[in-house]
Amino acid sequence: MLKVSRSKLDNLLVPIFSIILGFVFGAILMLFFGYNPITAYEAMIMGVFGSPYFLGEALRQATILTFTGLGFAIAFKAGFFNIGVSGQLLAGWVSAIWVALAFPDLPRLVLVPLSIGAGVLFGAIWAGIAGFLRAYFGTSEVIVTIMLNFTALHTTNYIIRNILAVGNTTERISENASLRVGWLTDLTAGSRLNMGFFIAIVVVILYWIFMTHMTAGFEIRAVGLNPFASTYAGMSAKKNIILSMVISGALAGLGGAIHGMGTFGNLFTQNALPNIGFNGIAVALLGLGNPIGIFFSSILFGVLDVGAGFMPNRAGVPDEMASIVIAAIIFFVGANYLIRLVLNKVSTNKAVQNEGGE
Amino acid sequence: MTTIKLRSLLALGASAFLLAACQGEDAGGGDTPVEDPATGDTSTDTGDTGDTDTDEDTTDEGDDTEAVDFSIAMITDEGGVDDRSFNQSAWEGMQEWAVDNGYSGERGDGINYYQSNDSADFVPNLNAALADGHDIIYGIGFLLLDSVNDVAAQNPDQWFGIVDEISELDNVVSLTFRDHEAAFLAGVAAAHTTETGQVGFIGGIAGPVIDRFETGFTAGVAHVDESIEVDVQYAESFSDAGIGQQIAAGMFTNGADIVYHAAGAVGNGVFTEARNRLESDPDSQLWVIGVDRDQEEEGNWDGGNFTLTSTLKGVGKSIILSADQTMEEGFPGGKNIAYGLEEDGVGLTRGNMSEEAWAAVEEARQSIIDGELEVPEFTYSN
Repeated sequence: MLKVSRSKLDNLLVPIFSIILGFVFGAILMLFFGYNPITAYEAMIMGVFGSPYFLGEALRQATILTFTGLGFAIAFKAGFFNIGVSGQLLAGWVSAIWVALAFPDLPRLVLVPLSIGAGVLFGAIWAGIAGFLRAYFGTSEVIVTIMLNFTALHTTNYIIRNILAVGNTTERISENASLRVGWLTDLTAGSRLNMGFFIAIVVVILYWIFMTHMTAGFEIRAVGLNPFASTYAGMSAKKNIILSMVISGALAGLGGAIHGMGTFGNLFTQNALPNIGFNGIAVALLGLGNPIGIFFSSILFGVLDVGAGFMPNRAGVPDEMASIVIAAIIFFVGANYLIRLVLNKVSTNKAVQNEGGE
Repeated sequence: MTTIKLRSLLALGASAFLLAACQGEDAGGGDTPVEDPATGDTSTDTGDTGDTDTDEDTTDEGDDTEAVDFSIAMITDEGGVDDRSFNQSAWEGMQEWAVDNGYSGERGDGINYYQSNDSADFVPNLNAALADGHDIIYGIGFLLLDSVNDVAAQNPDQWFGIVDEISELDNVVSLTFRDHEAAFLAGVAAAHTTETGQVGFIGGIAGPVIDRFETGFTAGVAHVDESIEVDVQYAESFSDAGIGQQIAAGMFTNGADIVYHAAGAVGNGVFTEARNRLESDPDSQLWVIGVDRDQEEEGNWDGGNFTLTSTLKGVGKSIILSADQTMEEGFPGGKNIAYGLEEDGVGLTRGNMSEEAWAAVEEARQSIIDGELEVPEFTYSN
């Protein structure tokens, strides 16, 4: 019993230490270059929490990060590195907007689920390609998903220019397809926070139930821990590879649909793959694959993302420095092995001392 | 068991490197206008004023002219303020305006910029600028049109500007450029300079704005010599120098000796590629044509300079003019101010052109201004 709670405590301590170390390292960097880290962090935190608008924007960002984070996490649980979250998000975005633009007059209760469904479906298909190739031909899912990222990017731009719009931006989707709700917008002083936030909470709960209380979820975890043993135990590795990638893509596609229907309300040609897909990887790692952990780490990332914009203009830290500080925090988040090692050392030392004392 | 854990944790660590690499795709560049933190702090108000139009209480630092009670800000597109091209020329214009009006020219002193790393940043950046209280907030680039329109509609008492696009709203001034006229002159220059009979055009993101450059350039080349081939390619980016370098490499390999880019920070890769080729083979003759601001300094290499010329786009100037006009006669809201060769809003530098090429350019410039020569604006008709 004691042991279980001990490791649970560790699981909470590791991410918290990572975050603190990241902030400390960022502060040292800023000091080194002659900027005041306290004003910088104050600008960042007060900028976000001092105004309902920017808090709303941070939560909106967190909404999408929750989906990309969960999407990455489930593939990672099964032992795959799905770096194509960004492309799957884009696939979901374009298909949701496409459906929403095609049937603008359907009632909201039909159109919203239909558009979201399209996003989920195409996100799933996009990731499913990589899963299928991996299962039947043993191709590396890392390479395939990276390639599919670019395919998604350029296909999306082509679809916008040649099918959905004349220029670089599609029309706005109709009210009936929008995820924005008046009271949420009013509550956050006009931010783009939308129903997606609540969908995210529901999905977090569903994800937790799926992974801990359902056979399919157990199989995915088992295949990730030891594919040979789970094959021996009668589980189909092929089926689980594809299933985990499909769910991963579906979650990313859902994020894309909500990004399109909630954040922007339209689709425009992309300069590069959306950063939010890659940041989802960091979110999943910080959350240690735990859905609730992912939810809170995506909120942290949302705050960092929106708050970083205040560092240049309110604390005189240049934009580049702000990016470096954020990257440092992400680095320490990812390097949590180091922190785990230190924590273990400290606790064993204590144990030895305690024994000696008695 | 422990080894598996160890390995997966190591993988996590490794992925952190990967993520750090994925974070910023900044084109790289050392000469960012870094501000002095000490002076930056003194004059930026911390946003407590909300969106009232009160300005920074400027504490003049040794300037003898009194600073005006007027401040302007810009929101960059994804290229960033140090793209050595479009955004940078806007920022340089703002700095010039600031110095002319008694400010120090430092960021945060009467002028400010808000850098966008992603299209999702546009609206929050506009709102941050709004909270900081500026008289006019400019969106730099057509990518910001939707965002500017949204925020402007929510804040009818705040003045906005949009560059390269036309907004219908009464509190937005639209600043557009007849870029095809300048690009036409660049085409004339290229046609008179090329020795291989092949030139290249690299666009940023395909769309009406960059299409003007492409149309003007190809028309200018054809105006001189129909047989010269123009290789047109798009980078689908305004920020990725790597793609620019890759496309330029392909064009030079295929025999083009002049490449014109209209792609913001992507162009930095074009200059890099030309420099690499010239340094490995100093006898070859390659040229790059710059865009939006005089990019002559980007073309310096050991054997001279390979920037043939640059098309100029007076983004900075248009900002200065509209800010001045607002202070003197009121805000030109809802208007579209178009700048062409005639208004000196666009132009072409002398650069390293031969006498013959320059004479041809001058002649074409005059015929365009006189209306004898009509430059097509778009390749498609809608």
